[in-house]
Amino acid sequence: MSERGIQWFRFTAPANFYDLAGHLIPWFAALTVALFAVGLYLGLVVAPSDYQQGDSYRIIYIHVPTAWMGMFLYVLMAVYAAIGLIWRIKMADVMAKAIAPTGALFTFLSLWTGALWGRPTWGVYWVWDARLTSMLILLFLYLGYMALHAAIDDRQRASNASAVLAMVGVVNVPIIYFSVQWWNTLHQGASITVTEAPTMATIMFVTLLIMVLAAWMYSVAVVLARARVELLERERNARWVRDRLEGGQT
Amino acid sequence: MFRPLFALLRRDLTLALRRPQDALTVVGFFVVVVALFPLGIGPDPEFLRSLAPGVLWVAALLAVMLSLERLFSDDYRDGTLEQLLLVPEPMGLLVLTKIFAHWLITGLPLVLISPLLALQLNLRPDEIATLMLALLIGTPILSLIGAIGAALTLGLRGGGVLIALLILPLYAPPLILGAGAVDAVMHGSSAQAHLSLLGAMMVFALFATPWATAAAVRIMLD
Repeated sequence: MSERGIQWFRFTAPANFYDLAGHLIPWFAALTVALFAVGLYLGLVVAPSDYQQGDSYRIIYIHVPTAWMGMFLYVLMAVYAAIGLIWRIKMADVMAKAIAPTGALFTFLSLWTGALWGRPTWGVYWVWDARLTSMLILLFLYLGYMALHAAIDDRQRASNASAVLAMVGVVNVPIIYFSVQWWNTLHQGASITVTEAPTMATIMFVTLLIMVLAAWMYSVAVVLARARVELLERERNARWVRDRLEGGQT
Repeated sequence: MFRPLFALLRRDLTLALRRPQDALTVVGFFVVVVALFPLGIGPDPEFLRSLAPGVLWVAALLAVMLSLERLFSDDYRDGTLEQLLLVPEPMGLLVLTKIFAHWLITGLPLVLISPLLALQLNLRPDEIATLMLALLIGTPILSLIGAIGAALTLGLRGGGVLIALLILPLYAPPLILGAGAVDAVMHGSSAQAHLSLLGAMMVFALFATPWATAAAVRIMLD
């Protein structure tokens, strides 16, 4: 890996990251729009309606990607937070902080769309199902992370403290999930199970995949954009910020 | 090696005994919250009985949470915490000692007063025994997890409310298992599975949380 390989560590320097992200964001944004357009067209127009649930099932094309992203982004956030805490890489702190609002948004959307789907399917907006409950707790974990970050004025201390919280949270997520699932089966509530349709038509699966990709591209674009802003704030006294901003104005 | 830890334990306990109102306030809160539930949902004995495990556990959980701010804040204000960081013993063990002292002052009284409240909510003797056992295993978990939140909010404005947001989601598993244990006995099955899992959780918390708390203290005093 001499001169030909990409030197990844170059991009842990804020100025280089700032430039790279600036180049990448338009691409990811364009991909987001394109994939969402294709996915929504396939999902709303092309895909057949479900023989049991009719057209109301179509919300899974939003619901499933948001739920996946909500869960996955929490893990990703904790990984970045851990990297930032252990190896003191400033960019990792920035990324962890930038991921949190997007993850919380996706978690909230998955709860919201789940409620909208539950009304015609189960007859109620909310049931204390294991998945719903653990997603709700996940949302609280995101909110706690963001609240702690906002409450501490010193940026480095805020990053480190919320990194500890994110790591504690990520250890707890499986424990919470299993205990909630267990609690649910024990209480034997209205016997509702959120099982997928036994066989999923190929077109449905492909559409879902496209929508998941779209959600990914959206996350990348938004997180990078937020990381750029955060960088400008953190490094506002640095020379590279002055160079970039003055260069942009002229 | 254990001498400094004993000294710290004795110091914390002595301090608490000199100001018993702190511990008593927590117990008072627990009693008042439980007493409010019948006023809110009606005096029907059977109904209250079925709600009792959850009510008692949620009240205990809130009482522990309210007491958490005290865990480090006094030592933080007068500089003791900084001195503790300079002690050669591992910070994790020192933190664990402080948590243990805190549990003796706030958690244990909750366990001891709980039968009285359980009687008011019409629980039967075997259910009360299970409740006490579950609280005995469960309240240390609450203190251990809560200590992380207490350390992370050291010196912040509005720390008390923030602790609630940070810690309460993490309290879901002990709450489920603890209330579930009493519920199981109520429905005629054994509480052993719940209590075993609760015990496992306590061992894990005992092992892992002091280090996280120590790291948090170090960050906040940095």
